[in-house]
Amino acid sequence: MSKRIVVDPITRIEGHLRIEVDIENGKIKDAFSSGTMVRLIEEILKGRDPRDAWAFVGRVCGVCTSTHSLTSVRAVEDALDIVIPPNAELVRNIMHCSLYMHDHVVHFYHLHAMDWVDVVNALKADPKKTSELAQSLSNWPKSSPGYFSDIQKRISKFVASGQLGIFANGYWGHPAYKLPAEVNLIGLAHYLEALEWQKEIVKVHAIFGGKNPHPNYLVGGMACAIGVDDVSGINAERLAMVGRLLVEGKNFIEQVYIPDLMAIASFYKDWGAIGGGLGNYMAYGDLPTNGIRDMAGMKFPSGAILNKDISKVYDVDLRQDEEVQEFINHSWYDYAGGDGIGLHPWKGETKMNYTGPKPPFEHLDVDNKYSYLKTPRWKGNAMEVGPLARVLVGYARGREEYKEVVDKALKDLNVPVTALFSTLGRTAARGLESVLASQWVQEFYDQLITNIRNGDTRMADVTKFERETWPKQAVGVGFSEAPRGALAHWINIEDQKIANYQLVVPTTWNASPRDGKGQMSAYESSLIDTPVADEKQPLEILRTIHSFDPCMACAVHLYDEKGDTIGRVSVVGD
Amino acid sequence: MATETLIKKPLTYYEEMRMKGYSRRDFMKFASMMAAFIGVESSAIGQVAKALETKERVPVIWMHFQECTCCSESFIRSSHPIVADILLDMISLDYSETLMAASGVQAEQSLHNTLEKYKGKYILCIEGSVPVGADGVYCMIGGKTSLQVLEEVSENAAAIIAWGSCASNGCVQSAKPNPTSATPIHKLVIGKPVIKVPGCPPIGEVMAGVIVHYLTFGRIPELDRLGRPKAFYSKRVHDTCYRRAYYDAGLFVESFDDENAKKGYCLYKVGCKGPSTYNACGVMKWNEGTSFPIQSGHPCIGCSEENYWDNGRLYERASSFAGFGIEADADNWGKVALGVTAAAIAGHAIATNVSKYKKIHELELEGKEGEKEVVS
Repeated sequence: MSKRIVVDPITRIEGHLRIEVDIENGKIKDAFSSGTMVRLIEEILKGRDPRDAWAFVGRVCGVCTSTHSLTSVRAVEDALDIVIPPNAELVRNIMHCSLYMHDHVVHFYHLHAMDWVDVVNALKADPKKTSELAQSLSNWPKSSPGYFSDIQKRISKFVASGQLGIFANGYWGHPAYKLPAEVNLIGLAHYLEALEWQKEIVKVHAIFGGKNPHPNYLVGGMACAIGVDDVSGINAERLAMVGRLLVEGKNFIEQVYIPDLMAIASFYKDWGAIGGGLGNYMAYGDLPTNGIRDMAGMKFPSGAILNKDISKVYDVDLRQDEEVQEFINHSWYDYAGGDGIGLHPWKGETKMNYTGPKPPFEHLDVDNKYSYLKTPRWKGNAMEVGPLARVLVGYARGREEYKEVVDKALKDLNVPVTALFSTLGRTAARGLESVLASQWVQEFYDQLITNIRNGDTRMADVTKFERETWPKQAVGVGFSEAPRGALAHWINIEDQKIANYQLVVPTTWNASPRDGKGQMSAYESSLIDTPVADEKQPLEILRTIHSFDPCMACAVHLYDEKGDTIGRVSVVGD
Repeated sequence: MATETLIKKPLTYYEEMRMKGYSRRDFMKFASMMAAFIGVESSAIGQVAKALETKERVPVIWMHFQECTCCSESFIRSSHPIVADILLDMISLDYSETLMAASGVQAEQSLHNTLEKYKGKYILCIEGSVPVGADGVYCMIGGKTSLQVLEEVSENAAAIIAWGSCASNGCVQSAKPNPTSATPIHKLVIGKPVIKVPGCPPIGEVMAGVIVHYLTFGRIPELDRLGRPKAFYSKRVHDTCYRRAYYDAGLFVESFDDENAKKGYCLYKVGCKGPSTYNACGVMKWNEGTSFPIQSGHPCIGCSEENYWDNGRLYERASSFAGFGIEADADNWGKVALGVTAAAIAGHAIATNVSKYKKIHELELEGKEGEKEVVS
């Protein structure tokens, strides 16, 4: 007999995610993933100025902050046929790489590490041995016995206070934790260091975009004018600061993140055979070096892989009606043409209809509709997107940079290439592409300086900024590789206003409910057969779900044709 | 006043033991037993003892409703204090879906432990608005609606902090037509002070500053009429902007990336909402003082103001704002300022200053009035 267990809220993610699984003989037999929060931002966008859309959709997510804004200005530029100046492309790339460096490090230490690192066990570590181990792994200077001993004392004091705060009620002591105390202590020390470091790298966003989270973007380029002879502009001082931040970021990734990732992974090689899931992977491509329309110039290449067959990479076309489609068989929406059809986002049609149980409830009705996420498919296939998909596409495309980092990691861990199709593979891929992003960003930075030195100070093309210059009707698609995977926005512009705006985001691909044919999406599929040692402490579920880095606020969005759901305003305590 | 009750701190273990008649020696014994129990070496026992006899950290429950987590992200960007120090030394963050180790049942247990043990003593932080449409089903946590959760967690909170524009005024999801009926917290909770900290997100140091104010001075910060801490929201971005001199001189960016943009002129004509926005950006700036939107060439979008999504297009200049009548409109004032007799400039300056003095005075009075409404 199988037993249903529910994990809700799934914490250490962005947003609201509920997982229900059936467990039989210590393994997951069936799984259901549900997004339980919705804001309907697409409905709010209708009728508004397309140039303003980046600010609205930027607020879809504050974790992968800037990604939606970037994708939005690309969608509008695509629709209006605007070509941005090379400097704007470089600044956007520098900001995007900085986001990767920030987001992946924060995910690893603050959202994912506690699935592998037993914080309480770190108190038993010998600081001297910890220091020796740390120094054997990396040249990172903070590695003395005294340093680790101080961290340990600080955490001991914290634990002794009896108020465990964010560490309260963790699965400490769970048999699935395998790290020696010394590795746990290194992980804990770097949890705290990464928390302090992450606020530095985002200053790159503040310099070019004015603030972080939610930096500013501009249709046609960027608003940060280059003014080398003015204190307000992008000048030598600003660029020097960016340069320092990027180097420090690269150092942190190379000397802290990657050594920790490899050390921890070496104790969890069994997770190289767990959580593989679909075996279908897709990337749209990003980091253009020759304009957004030159796919060959993308540092992150695009393509699709089916059934783990990395000998063949398929091209992906976001404009084709039959390629990307969204289904609602198990989503709380209605289609005018019935539940059986899939719609391309330019024809996206969605009407909300919650048919789930009345809260408070114990279980979802998983035989019917059970999520606010729609179910996107590529040519009918369920696809996984994200770091692993990007790394596999880059590897399968034969890109040298990818082959180098992937082959080295496989060799260091002494695992076969098939170990990539797993929970561990996903977590490792995130680290590997952080290394690539931290290297590429140096190239973008150098090129920006070269351009300015050569006299090119253009940062925006405003010839089509005024609405009078626009055609009566236009459609566009903007795409990007968000840290969590392939992201695209589709826009329809009519009479200089937004007529329709659709987002299909990474977590929608990964976390969606099954489709009409019963095909699971990536989260559900990857949970199948995962061992669960103690169903009261489902640590293993968290490991696999966190390996995707869920971002639920991104995943749930839709427009409501009638906007007819305005309800009562009730008052607590009234 | 409600704030008085907030200062009462719970007894520490040491105080509790002394009250029960145990000696300091007994206490030290207990501390070493505790230390041994959790596996701490003997050199750390002194610290354990100190931790137990110093005050308890203030318990904090941090809920996420309809939001994008930008507020949590901004909070961890704080540079003084840094967030590790806040988490380890200042507060006890007992529930935070973003950072806590526990999930599911264990997360709910943590929440209920704090709700019971620290009844009337915990600070409730809320990130996000509450959708009240369709009986609240647009945001559900653990099978309950956010409205049901809010009812439960707000009942015995000592104080409530509404982080960011979502919790303070509904932000983007409440923009027209507000399809989920996204509702800010102060409209749903009555009889308790709700400290609004608007902005999308608020500046990290402002968020930390609100918490540190409470911990340092033992009371919530003084609030203005709208319930915002006066320390951070009593000045217009326009009045604290380093580009203000260009505004007064009539020197404007006419379109993005033009020569005037490279010189850092005023962004009013390309849509800057600084003149109608109350926030600390011009003074404190963002990300440890690195920059703020205007310094990086983009107009202020007014993200800390109520309904800012429906206050006109981003790149269209604001048609009117407080004090605007006196300062004339940008085109004409530019001509006058550049044109120009000394008398005209002097006249403008005097009129502006008189009006500003009056305005500032009014704001101060409003703030004090407002605080009474909110706190009493």
